[in-house]
Amino acid sequence: MTGQTALLAVEKVETFYGNIRALNGVDVSVNKGEIVALIGANGAGKSTLMMTICGAPHARSGRIVFEGTDITTMPTHEIARLRIAQSPEGRRIFPRMSVRENLQMGASLDNMQYFDQDVEKVFTLFPRLKERIDQRGGTLSGGEQQMLSIGRALMARPKLLLLDEPSLGLAPLIVKQIFDAIRELNRTEGLTVFLVEQNAFGALKLAHRGYVMVNGAVTMSGSGRDLLANPEVRAAYLEGGRH
Amino acid sequence: MTAISDTTTRQASSPYGEAARQALWAALLSFGLFFFFIGLESTQDISNRLILQSHWVTLAIVVALVALGRFLFIAFVIPAVDRRRANRAPIAVVDEKDQSFIRRHRFKIMIALLVLYPIFILSTAGLQGSLKWVNNFGVQVLIYVMLAWGLNIVVGLAGLLDLGYVAFYAVGAYAYALLGTEFGLSFWILLPAAGIMAAFWGIILGFPVLRLRGDYLAIVTLAFGEIIRLVLINWREVTNGSAGISGIPKITFFGLFDFNISSPDYILKVLPESIVTLFALRPSGAYYTIFLYYLILALAMLTAFVTIRLRRLPVGRAWEALREDEIACRSLGINTTNTKLTAFAIGAMFGGFAGAFFAARQGFINPESFVFLQSAIILAIVVLGGMGSLSGIAIAALVMIGGMEILREMQFLKIVFGQSFTPELYRMLLFGIAMVVVMVWKPRGFVGSREPTAYLKEARAVSSTFTKEGHG
Ligand SMILES: Nc1ncnc2c1ncn2[C@@H]1O[C@H](COP(=O)(O)OP(=O)(O)O)[C@@H](O)[C@H]1O
Ligand SMILES: [Mg+2]
Repeated sequence: MTGQTALLAVEKVETFYGNIRALNGVDVSVNKGEIVALIGANGAGKSTLMMTICGAPHARSGRIVFEGTDITTMPTHEIARLRIAQSPEGRRIFPRMSVRENLQMGASLDNMQYFDQDVEKVFTLFPRLKERIDQRGGTLSGGEQQMLSIGRALMARPKLLLLDEPSLGLAPLIVKQIFDAIRELNRTEGLTVFLVEQNAFGALKLAHRGYVMVNGAVTMSGSGRDLLANPEVRAAYLEGGRH
Repeated sequence: MTAISDTTTRQASSPYGEAARQALWAALLSFGLFFFFIGLESTQDISNRLILQSHWVTLAIVVALVALGRFLFIAFVIPAVDRRRANRAPIAVVDEKDQSFIRRHRFKIMIALLVLYPIFILSTAGLQGSLKWVNNFGVQVLIYVMLAWGLNIVVGLAGLLDLGYVAFYAVGAYAYALLGTEFGLSFWILLPAAGIMAAFWGIILGFPVLRLRGDYLAIVTLAFGEIIRLVLINWREVTNGSAGISGIPKITFFGLFDFNISSPDYILKVLPESIVTLFALRPSGAYYTIFLYYLILALAMLTAFVTIRLRRLPVGRAWEALREDEIACRSLGINTTNTKLTAFAIGAMFGGFAGAFFAARQGFINPESFVFLQSAIILAIVVLGGMGSLSGIAIAALVMIGGMEILREMQFLKIVFGQSFTPELYRMLLFGIAMVVVMVWKPRGFVGSREPTAYLKEARAVSSTFTKEGHG
């Protein structure tokens, strides 16, 4: 809400797919050092918001400001160079390339300058990746692919990490591992995380603040704890009901 | 049960008696079959009467071949297969060791064989006899290896389906042909110039197709290839149209000597007298051919070297990542526009080099050399070899192009199919059959598994069949 000091500010953003409006004037802000969760039903527009922040597709109206720079119309690769890294929906790792090569791709912003030290950090976070360093990305299990996708994003030394449904389709134990890793990164390195989840319970417990999105617009926001306690949120996202 | 008793009887009795018996049966059967097909032919004589012509010799040869084949199969192939099966475990271990040695040094071995090839041919076929084998076979195959390696950068690594690659080959060839004949510039100046021009056209093509992928990209590049060819045909003032350009200068040996017998710098005139007399060197076209062979070998090696190098650099990795997921690439900060354009430009540059070489070797070019079929053949080699694999592509080029050239040599087929049979007309049939067979037998091409560019520890092979294809 504090528009002045926010690391990322999304203001009245509208995004269209052809003539279909997927985002309907979205306002979201993420402060430095925060974990912010965005929850919402399938098709609410969460992934569209994530991709709009990265400029693929661009917002048709409204403004997106990162560290005081207007990035609304910037090309995707230049936005990435401002150190916004994303682990996108569906992970989108490079299936025919090895784990190592996938991580190298993440480090291409700095020309692999910090590769050796950063890869060690990723391996401490996700030791499973180290065991599979020469394995092709496509042969990893779903959880390992998710770890690789997050690891690849971390290799870019992000100031803001965007995570789109990291828990999708994973066993509860793996989800816990991944959420623990995110919490750890935030606590020790002060990494700012903007997280999209359908797993509202886990996400709101992890996050400092949260937003609820319905039909392309934000309908509710507050601290993670408040949203968890909110009867409407509970009814719609936590107790198996629909909004 | 039956299988076991079968093998025991086979091993117990001598295989030769059994083989002879089977060969006799095969001969009888084929004699019955081919008696009317080959043995007798109905033709018209001068007064238009139907007469029977007999081909007993041909029939005898075919029957003998069938019998011999059956004999060899029963006497040697089956026992060999059985032995292998019986001692599978120990043999497999030995095999693995052998293979790993060959595998480890396979590039060195391949290069050594390629370097020694003309020497081997010279020593077996003599100076004049070597011409055909070094030129039609060696140089021809290596041109396609180089073209396919160049196209591999665009299609195999960057995943951009280019059906008009021959356009860059044409640009290189015409660049050398025109500048060489008009201004008399040396090949060694025009070679880089041809590469740069082709690269330039690669970028020109790249710009409009940046947003296209897959089938749309394929169609536009196909059209581009045809446009270049039509320009070459119709821009008569410059390109001389379909008549083409002739009298393209030969390549000199870095300006030290050349290969024109009438020239004062002819190789035999420049070489010290003692060497010429020592080896009893006579004027021959073979020197030029052998020189061309080593030149195209060097150019192809340059292509391979650059490809291997680039794959380890960020740009090469970016190409491969681009092939797998363009959006993911962009969100990792990769400028996909530049990445695609460099792939087009570098791929085109090698096409241009090959084109300049082709023009110099032929001495004459016209637009007929740059038809779509050429693009299709080059692409087929890349696909057959297993997209992205240099050794696979080299094997594919050897099998396909070498196979076509060998077919020319198979004059004995005339005895079988009659004097009017021209084997080389069937080369496309061979190409088609080979493609179908390879694709059934190895759907990912000869070398289908991609090798990572870097290992942390010893390589652990993961069979390509376990992985899904990357999606668009
Ligand atoms: N590439 C696309 N083209 C057209 N419509 C799309 C595309 N991607 C998403 N949509 C539509 O936009 C809306 C929001 O989708 P999305 O952002 O993926 O939702 P969520 O991530 O919240 O499940 C949906 O109605 C979806 O059908
Ligand atoms: Mg989504």
